[in-house]
Amino acid sequence: MEFRPILNALMRNKTGLLLIALQVAITLAIVCNSVFIILQRIEKVNRPSGMDETALFTITSLGFAPDFDLRGSLRQDLEALRAIPGVIDATTINSVPLSNGGWSEGISTLPESVPEEQRKNTPTSIYIVDDHGVNTLGAHLVSGRNFTADDVSYRSRDDKGTPNSVIVTQVLADQLYPDGNAIGKPVYSGLGGKGSSSTIVGILERLQAPWVGWDKVEHAMLVPQYQDGEFDSSARYLVRTQPGRRDEVMKEAESKLGAINTGRIVRGLRSIEEVRGESYRQDRAMTIVLTTVIFSLLAVTGLGIVGMVSFWVTRRVKQIGTRRALGARRFDIRRYFMIENVIVVGIGIALGLLLTYGFNLWLMKHYELPRLAWYYAPLGALTVLLLGQLAVFGPATRASRVSPAVATRTV
Amino acid sequence: MFAYYLRLAMISLKRNRILTALMVAAIALGIGMSMTSMTVLHMMGSNPMSYKDEQVRRVQLDNWDVNEPWDEDYPTEPPDLMTYQDANNLVNAHKAEHEAAFFPNVLPVEPEKREIKPYMVEALFTTAGFFPIFEPPFRYGGGWSPAEDRSAARVAVIDAETNDKLFGGENSVGRKVRLGGEDFTVVGVLEKWRPTPRVYHVANGAFNDPQSVFVPFSFGIEKKMNSNSNNSCYKDSEPGYEGLLVSDCIWIDMWVQVKDEADAQRYLGFLNDYVGEQKKTGRFPRPVNNRVYSVSQFLQAQRVVGRDVRTQVWLAFAFFAVCLINTVGLLLAKFMGKAPEIGLRRAVGASKPAVFAQYLTESGLVGIAGGLLGLVFTGLGLLALRKLYAGTSIERLAELDWVMVGLSLLIALVASLIAGLYPTWRACQVQPATQLKTQ
Repeated sequence: MEFRPILNALMRNKTGLLLIALQVAITLAIVCNSVFIILQRIEKVNRPSGMDETALFTITSLGFAPDFDLRGSLRQDLEALRAIPGVIDATTINSVPLSNGGWSEGISTLPESVPEEQRKNTPTSIYIVDDHGVNTLGAHLVSGRNFTADDVSYRSRDDKGTPNSVIVTQVLADQLYPDGNAIGKPVYSGLGGKGSSSTIVGILERLQAPWVGWDKVEHAMLVPQYQDGEFDSSARYLVRTQPGRRDEVMKEAESKLGAINTGRIVRGLRSIEEVRGESYRQDRAMTIVLTTVIFSLLAVTGLGIVGMVSFWVTRRVKQIGTRRALGARRFDIRRYFMIENVIVVGIGIALGLLLTYGFNLWLMKHYELPRLAWYYAPLGALTVLLLGQLAVFGPATRASRVSPAVATRTV
Repeated sequence: MFAYYLRLAMISLKRNRILTALMVAAIALGIGMSMTSMTVLHMMGSNPMSYKDEQVRRVQLDNWDVNEPWDEDYPTEPPDLMTYQDANNLVNAHKAEHEAAFFPNVLPVEPEKREIKPYMVEALFTTAGFFPIFEPPFRYGGGWSPAEDRSAARVAVIDAETNDKLFGGENSVGRKVRLGGEDFTVVGVLEKWRPTPRVYHVANGAFNDPQSVFVPFSFGIEKKMNSNSNNSCYKDSEPGYEGLLVSDCIWIDMWVQVKDEADAQRYLGFLNDYVGEQKKTGRFPRPVNNRVYSVSQFLQAQRVVGRDVRTQVWLAFAFFAVCLINTVGLLLAKFMGKAPEIGLRRAVGASKPAVFAQYLTESGLVGIAGGLLGLVFTGLGLLALRKLYAGTSIERLAELDWVMVGLSLLIALVASLIAGLYPTWRACQVQPATQLKTQ
């Protein structure tokens, strides 16, 4: 191996070496960390929400007429929605999963009589739905029972009704009752008025809270009630359709609700896919921006190496010719430049590993990102090494074509 | 002389087109990436109230749970919203020049013209102080008085768009508009007003547009309305709307206007005394921790500029650094390749400064070309951002302005000159004698 002579030759051109190594180092650090961030975002976006997302849409009604009958309107609207061909089920709901807007409540397994210091409150999102809620969401009940029509009560501004039964997600059930089997156990939520409690009747495999960035995103609790003007005379409906029929049903639903009652405004017609797109917009933007950065960076670094090595080749034409005249094969010449590149990029990688972990530590400190998994750095190193070899291949081949006769000429 | 250097530089750059293109493209990509991210940062980080940053103050009181801070990640920060009772007390005490207490919700509008169907508008239920504090520009009329606040007068300020829709853009001051089933008198019509970010209410979208209709805070309370933005409680409250009003639930944005920093400190003293009084009634279990943030402090505390955007800016500049290092390397290789030529020029009498000037001209030329192409890339980058953020005001604002154009060119030029310094210096070190000897 001509490792020593190559190194010696490189040492005579320290600046060039340093410049390429520095580029490689920064490239490695950025690429590793960006890929890491991208994969995390993809994982976040792909978490299952627990709903039959593509078949769902939401629509709201807001009464403004002074004599607006909200209870009657709720009953009429739900009947009308469920009767539309292509609809599987419909429910009222106070806020929609993935929408980033909703109701959260601290609930406890201990009654209010226990001093506040000892009561441990578990935060959860609250979905107020009727007995069609579970079926409409398309959530999967793993144990216990669904709500029945008898469970459903009205909650208004002054009377919070009787939310005696609730359904919780598996994650929330495990959090409340770590020993298992939460069915039949109480939760103290104050939802039915100060100090009131409810019984867990069912457990859902999974359902997300409305806030996609929340660290307790699978804390959700279904409460069987109709909001009868608790805050205003509005009602939000969630409708589940048969596969592929959502868009036609959406149009139909809007016109049908608009025709039923003129003392209100129908608005906010949105598919859950649309809601999801908006909630994850920032993550999507970040993914796209970082991908652009990665590819531009690799291109710039790669082309930079091509340019530099081309010049080195031009400057060494005479030496190459001499080597060829002395018996070096074309292959040897090419190998020389390839090995030279491995050394330069290798130095860059060594420096880059420091930068990669430094950058990762900085991200961990400021952005609460986890530690980089061990395989990112070696994979990243391999990538830039291959990039270097790819970049140098062209100029090295050109170098290998230098005729031995060059050695005999004076420039 | 400069013209001569310019001509030499052009000849040199043309001689090796691929290398020149590579350098120009690298600088252009670097500029494009950095300027795109800078534009977004600049826009998100701007403060539309900067001209009275010291006078406009966000009032925050810490009435939260004795066991848990409002924000576990930032335990020293008090809640960002206020209870009804505190907002009401502070407005009535009137210890500042103006007080603005408000909350957003929607109101149905029933247009006089039958052909327009009733529709919903975003409304802000606010005290009169909102208008002198945030100074939205009026096309017609103005705000209302604190007296009208107290009597829950049915008066409204509407935005230009609503005025166009309901009154065909005419001066509608004095005319009636039906909101929430009641007749309101229009007292003011706003010009187009889009503070970015929407400083007065940054929750649920700091980059959303302002509300379309403004009505008195006391009207909202009389109609038993609450906020359709955030409502947070840390314990159960008494039933009904009355219960909400006397509870420790927070849902109201509160701002005041003071004279200056000293006056703000006086106001903070007043707040601390107020909380001290309230503590006697058993409220405010936590240590006294109140704030009178200026607008810029508030925007920072609310972290209006997202972490992603900051990361993107850092990455873009790291990318730019790589592009510059690249350019240094390529220029160095190129200039060193010209050693014989430089040696010859020096031998026939060119001074070092002359050689220096000539090669720096060449670097600068690369920089300017890179800057111009970089502008194109920036334009493309912003176009892509507008697509990514379609539907928010980022979309509307991701535009290149002349300041950014100038800045891009300047940065490109300066950066390329800096990148050219070392290679040029090396070029000047060429010994004429050695070069001529090897020829």
